[in-house]
Amino acid sequence: MKIVVCIKQVPDTKGGVKFKSDGTLDRGAMLAIMNPDDKAGLEAALRLKDKYGGEVTVVTMGLPKADAVLYEAIAMGADKGILVTDRVLGGADTWATSQTIAAAIKNLDYDIIITGRQAIDGDTAQVGPQISEHLHIPVVSYTEEIMDVDEGNRTVTVKRQFEDRYHILKVQMPCLLTALSELNPPRYMTPGGIFDAFDQELTVWGRADLKELADENIGLAGSPTKIAKASDKVAKVKDKTKIKNLDSASDDADYIFSVLEETHVI
Amino acid sequence: MDFALDRKHEMARNLFRDFAENEVKPLAIDVDETEVFPRDTVTKMQKYGFMGIPIPKEYGGQGCDPLTYTMCVEELAKVCATTAVIVSAHTSLCADPILQFGTEEQKQKYLVPLAKGEKLGAFALTEPGAGTDAQGAQTKAELVGDEWILNGSKCFITNGKEADIYIVIAYVPEDTREDKRGRKQKRFSAFIVEKGTPGFTFGVKEKKMGIRGSSTYELIFQDVHVPAANLLGTRGKGFALAMHSLDGGRIGIASQALGIAEGALDRTVAYVKERKQFGKAIGQFQNTQFVLADMAARIEAARYLVYKAADAKANQSSYSVEAAQAKLFAAETAMEVTTKAVQLHGGYGYIREYEVERMMRDAKITEIYEGTSEVQRMVISGALLA
Repeated sequence: MKIVVCIKQVPDTKGGVKFKSDGTLDRGAMLAIMNPDDKAGLEAALRLKDKYGGEVTVVTMGLPKADAVLYEAIAMGADKGILVTDRVLGGADTWATSQTIAAAIKNLDYDIIITGRQAIDGDTAQVGPQISEHLHIPVVSYTEEIMDVDEGNRTVTVKRQFEDRYHILKVQMPCLLTALSELNPPRYMTPGGIFDAFDQELTVWGRADLKELADENIGLAGSPTKIAKASDKVAKVKDKTKIKNLDSASDDADYIFSVLEETHVI
Repeated sequence: MDFALDRKHEMARNLFRDFAENEVKPLAIDVDETEVFPRDTVTKMQKYGFMGIPIPKEYGGQGCDPLTYTMCVEELAKVCATTAVIVSAHTSLCADPILQFGTEEQKQKYLVPLAKGEKLGAFALTEPGAGTDAQGAQTKAELVGDEWILNGSKCFITNGKEADIYIVIAYVPEDTREDKRGRKQKRFSAFIVEKGTPGFTFGVKEKKMGIRGSSTYELIFQDVHVPAANLLGTRGKGFALAMHSLDGGRIGIASQALGIAEGALDRTVAYVKERKQFGKAIGQFQNTQFVLADMAARIEAARYLVYKAADAKANQSSYSVEAAQAKLFAAETAMEVTTKAVQLHGGYGYIREYEVERMMRDAKITEIYEGTSEVQRMVISGALLA
């Protein structure tokens, strides 16, 4: 079984978000990590490999230093890493990004593609499903659990999170799944895995290696999204706190329900 | 001279830091309080290869260098000195001597499961009457047919009851020689002894000031039959083997001491920003700032000595002086930094919940075991005056 996992290097928002004077993210001033949903997707792929065998290839698009997430993925157990990087691909929105990554994946053999649900920097959740559209394969987003793989009939059974319930879906391979960070707690790297990863040569693809990609769909120029303004200011909400001291927990509960009813919340 | 870590060592440090923060730190107070060996943590460390970091892959290890191993012990010690010494004693004092001195059969039988973490290792040199003065050792080994018969006892053995494989140093009475002045000089040999060998039992569990979760026991040998094939290294050269192993061990303890000091500084920096007196955070007082500066500068100096010793182990056949300097300085740094950390915490520093209290207790042992600070000074000055 051949599994491709799409991963992204993102700024670690745990240490706070830093902006440049022009309002764009100051990525250099923030620690870079593998996007948590992508890491859960990688863990799902590695578990499939542990159970069914096969090969896990990780793909990332970004600056040359984004190779760090490929090394990390290989140190966790992935077999190969592909870095898609080129100046002309820079400034891509979700449309241009998904076009580019889909073009890279067209160079590969695959049965299952796994992406994270969304990245913690953009939070769009669009790239995974868009890749599946470009590749004309089925997609299941918000995958909570990969329940079974039937290699004979080439199907995957997954549990999909859906508001207050979940769906169990059987999908034909090849397919694309977008993973939730709750899917699997990711494994740690091993020290020897790290040393091996840095001994391995990564595959680096530029624009010229992506044959099935139209020039109008790449980079900033190929991105229909235009950002009018970015801000780290959180909108202030008028404090509507009500403080009321009551005698018992049940009085508290009655009071909370009465307020919720008054405000038409319930 | 490059003082920056390369990318793979940087990534390895992040791995150890994440593991320590997520898996080890939450248990540290409990491990100290209950004095229970953290077996589940050891199982997790086995899963991720932490028990064989500097051992070559062909013997089941991770194939990394001494610096990587050093950083692992350091990061563990930042949050839990007990967990750090379990890895250090296992790796430096049991797996490494078998790698350096073992036969191919011994490596396959003992080193491979040790490096994979399937078995835990320990090293038994110290006796009730023999610490720094090795000649006082009473544990003896006699060759009868194709077996060695061991009798005696060892004390203060780290990983004592939890280990599976022990390196035991004993003297062979018939090898005793007279020195130039006519004094009898015992000659020692090293043996690999498996847990469960008849006659090999455990005595008292030591109740310690610090590293309270590590299993520190007395080992008792009563007519313990060990196959002749379990002689480690050359007969009569056990003392040199022990000293060489301790050179490596001292780098591990130096890393532990460094980590304890770093952990104490981290907590103190956080505390002085929060703690308010006279209307401002105590970090705004110059006394606090000067003490913090001294702590940080000593830690940085200790770190370079420890990493230099790790580099010497990777590239030199002898690294006794580097190891002794690293251990001496890092251990005294740990004691000084943790003492100052407690002082800056004031009354809260004396309370267990604030952890610097535990770190100060943990730090003390690094000045004592695997050669006291006085022994390290003997090693360093001995080389100067040789």
